[in-house]
Amino acid sequence: MKKIHVTTKINGDTVEFLCDPRETLLDVLRDRLGLTGAKEGCGTGDCGACSVTVDGRLTCSCLMLGVEAEGHEIGTVEGIADGEELHPLQKKFIEYAALQCGICTPGILVAAKNLLERNPDPTEEEVRYWLAGNLCRCTGYDKIIRAVLDTAAEMREAS
Amino acid sequence: MPEVHLWSGLRALAGGREVVEVEGRTVGELLDALVAAYPALKEPIEAGVSVAVDGRVIASALNEPVRPDSEIYLMQRLRGG
Amino acid sequence: MALDEYKPQKGGSELETDHQFKYVGTRPDRPDGFDKVTGRARFGADMYAPGMLHAAILRSPHAHARIVRIDTSKAEAMEGVKAVVTRADFSKNVPFAPGMAGEFWNILENVMAGEKVLYDGHAVAAVAATTPLIARDALKAIEVEYEILPHVTDVDEAMKPDAPVIREGAADKSVPEGMHPNVVRYHESGHGDVEAGFAEADLVIEDHFTTEATHQGYIEPHACLATLGSDGKGELWCCTQGHWYVQKVCAALLDLETANLRVTASEIGGGFGGKTTVFIEPVALALSRKANRPVKLVMSRSEVFRATGPTASASMDIKIGMKKDGTITAAKGEFRLQGGAFPGAPMEFTAMCAFACYNLKNVHQVGYDVMTNRPKQAAYRAPGSPMAAFAVESVIDELCNRLGLDPIEVRLKNAAREGTKASYGPTFPRIGLVETLEAAKAHPHYSAPLKPGQGRGISCGFWFNHGGETSVSLALSEDGSAQVMVGTPDIGGSRASMALMAAEVLGIPFEKIRVTIADTGSLGYNEISHGSRVTYASGLATIKAAQDAVRKLRQRAADKWGIDVEAVDWVDGCAVPSGPNAGDFDPLPLAEITKNMGATGGPISGHYEATPEGAGVSFATHIVDAEVDRETGSTRVVRYTVVQDAGKAIHPTYVEGQFQGGAAQGIGWALNEEYIYGPDGRLQNPGFLDYRIPVASDLPMIDTVIVEVPNPGHPYGVRGVGETSICPPLAAIANAVSNAAGVRLRDLPMRPSRILEELEKQQGDA
Repeated sequence: MKKIHVTTKINGDTVEFLCDPRETLLDVLRDRLGLTGAKEGCGTGDCGACSVTVDGRLTCSCLMLGVEAEGHEIGTVEGIADGEELHPLQKKFIEYAALQCGICTPGILVAAKNLLERNPDPTEEEVRYWLAGNLCRCTGYDKIIRAVLDTAAEMREAS
Repeated sequence: MPEVHLWSGLRALAGGREVVEVEGRTVGELLDALVAAYPALKEPIEAGVSVAVDGRVIASALNEPVRPDSEIYLMQRLRGG
Repeated sequence: MALDEYKPQKGGSELETDHQFKYVGTRPDRPDGFDKVTGRARFGADMYAPGMLHAAILRSPHAHARIVRIDTSKAEAMEGVKAVVTRADFSKNVPFAPGMAGEFWNILENVMAGEKVLYDGHAVAAVAATTPLIARDALKAIEVEYEILPHVTDVDEAMKPDAPVIREGAADKSVPEGMHPNVVRYHESGHGDVEAGFAEADLVIEDHFTTEATHQGYIEPHACLATLGSDGKGELWCCTQGHWYVQKVCAALLDLETANLRVTASEIGGGFGGKTTVFIEPVALALSRKANRPVKLVMSRSEVFRATGPTASASMDIKIGMKKDGTITAAKGEFRLQGGAFPGAPMEFTAMCAFACYNLKNVHQVGYDVMTNRPKQAAYRAPGSPMAAFAVESVIDELCNRLGLDPIEVRLKNAAREGTKASYGPTFPRIGLVETLEAAKAHPHYSAPLKPGQGRGISCGFWFNHGGETSVSLALSEDGSAQVMVGTPDIGGSRASMALMAAEVLGIPFEKIRVTIADTGSLGYNEISHGSRVTYASGLATIKAAQDAVRKLRQRAADKWGIDVEAVDWVDGCAVPSGPNAGDFDPLPLAEITKNMGATGGPISGHYEATPEGAGVSFATHIVDAEVDRETGSTRVVRYTVVQDAGKAIHPTYVEGQFQGGAAQGIGWALNEEYIYGPDGRLQNPGFLDYRIPVASDLPMIDTVIVEVPNPGHPYGVRGVGETSICPPLAAIANAVSNAAGVRLRDLPMRPSRILEELEKQQGDA
């Protein structure tokens, strides 16, 4: 199938690529643009490991076609840190051991950051339901939830 | 001479005995002596056994020492997740 | 810290477990944390190579069929297709007797079907092409003619006389005569006289239980990047729990010299036992050899469910007798496990673990390994033990309820301890079950009031743990930092534990140590990361390798000072003169020695290779509160506490993580997860939508209590912690449900429909 030219913004940079119209945004990010932080855990939108933001909205990049990125702004895990300075969520995830194998971590960080941008003071229940679309098989979520809640508290104090 | 306890499934292959006495200073020597005394044990032993020596489960090291009064149990080989 | 506050150690000597640790037991940030929160860490599918092809596998839509004909010519003719392989492209030398076969043959048969497909999802051919889309299109062009055969997927059905035979002659000699050919292995063990024991009991309960197959559910599908030339030399990058094992098996399946295949383990996105074998790696290598190009092969989630190993499903009969005072007089269990279309269901562990928590005069257990038309089971966290604990601990709970006894007191009364003759034979050395029960009893959770509709359950669990072949190298740098090379993939933070243990021996800060997972070309053989062995065995080898380096450091100091090496101690990162020379020289820090090491005898490294056999067995006690919705039948876990013996927690945060993760997987097994086969023998739920693992909103916080009863087989007392935590949850939740709703669930999962059914029966009875 003939490839299509797409112009988009990823983590603040304008990016152009050619892709087959059958390729997902996740395929494009990983195989064409070298952004392998987003992971494919299921390909059906059930696990959240491929989570990105599209114009600020949390999205499974495996459920969106690459060509649909035309004109939109995409945010991935690679764009969460500010230069060499990790985002408070990233620091807390390391401090709390909120990851074991780490495969779900990029998706969970993208989702958690998106939550805190909308709701700087979430309850435990709100964090649990917001992250219900991001599967983690290692941790039982305990340390993830604690890391997100503590990050929120710290960011509120800092602001 | 060390006494070796067999799990029930092995007993039919050793003349119905639950405990057999064989010479050996190491786990490997014991297993060799067992096969020499009861050739029918060759297949299950080669398929893989663990040997509990005084409560410690030896999964593969044939050079582990055995004392004459050691408590020895054959067990099916351990695998884990 | 002043030198005299820190107990000096001789390099190379055994350390004591009551030793005052400086680094062990602290909670530093894991060394690979930065990579894993930034997306930089490279997992199985994150590797690319110049000229790389993409591969895809054609899988059987049938549960059981003879392959009459495969025609790959149309696929081969497609533009962009560079290679197609079938079974003909693998070794013909793998030992294959028409009867029984050996594990290599089983693996080869599972990797690529031979004469028959044995389950829905069994691989029959594979394609490598220039793009993933072309590879997938080419699969549709492969023609396979099948002769469909009758199938069976249920363990009890597969043992019936008229059940279809999966493979004639697969049974080994342990199987008693007269059994169906699908029964391929048999186990029997125990001691005493169970019938006499039952006669002594005041109450005997006999019951039947089943558990369904569950998948390890790692979020990362299997993935690899293979390069193999017709010169027989290759490189393989893959996500695996054990790359030396992958090297060995792939070499055998493809007729290579083992050393000519170098395997590098990627970061691994979960395994839990499911990545202890090979599925796609030999296929990618065969395609690469044929195409003479690097080949990347990544499984889809549905392939993971259909064609990689779930755990075995089980059908079990348990009979236990108890006196009015709670003494167990006898226990008997029969365990029938199906492990798919190959021998290997871990029924001997089910049998051996079933009653291991208790001191029993009379005990007898029998196990059957049964073949069905399902994927080849793979290890899953304490393989075989959780289902046994579900059945046994449910019956014990029922006995306690009927006799009006406290479930922890009864377990304490009967608990195995040092000197107890284990249900599987030998005498227990120092173990920590009683300590976990005492800690559970003392925990505020156990006495907290329950809300209406809630019930509390407890259960114990047991797992053996394992040591295994291990090599570790440690190299010092001129600036006094150290690199540690281990061969066990880091699934859950083990680099941090290794660095802590190395820091402890060397006496240098954790941050000065870099731990690398070495490839197969850089270190001697290492067994798979399984059996909860990493912190135990690689940890022990790291300690010994560091001690080896310390011995060399002491020698350099002795040379410099002109005294005997025995007169040099190693204290807090410095060589210190001792005995008659004490105080003669200033302490010589590690970095001062390494600074000039090239000129004082050459580089300083430490090595250790061995098969440590002192892995201590491990016990846990879990407490759970569950709430049952009597209208919908759904169960919610509202409070959970894990108490487990870790021997010694090297990095307590990651020990807690293992406890919590095992509990969460157990909760999924208890309430939601199951392989569902249709009457056509096809898996009906090969995706995370229909195979529902616990999500964040399903679970409460999971409290943990780390009990430390040191394991004498490890210098610091470590016992493996990874597996035992999945053993108690199944029964603990069933017991909580029983106490919450008055219904006893004997079949897992306890899905709402099953609970409603039991509640309806309960109302009918009332």
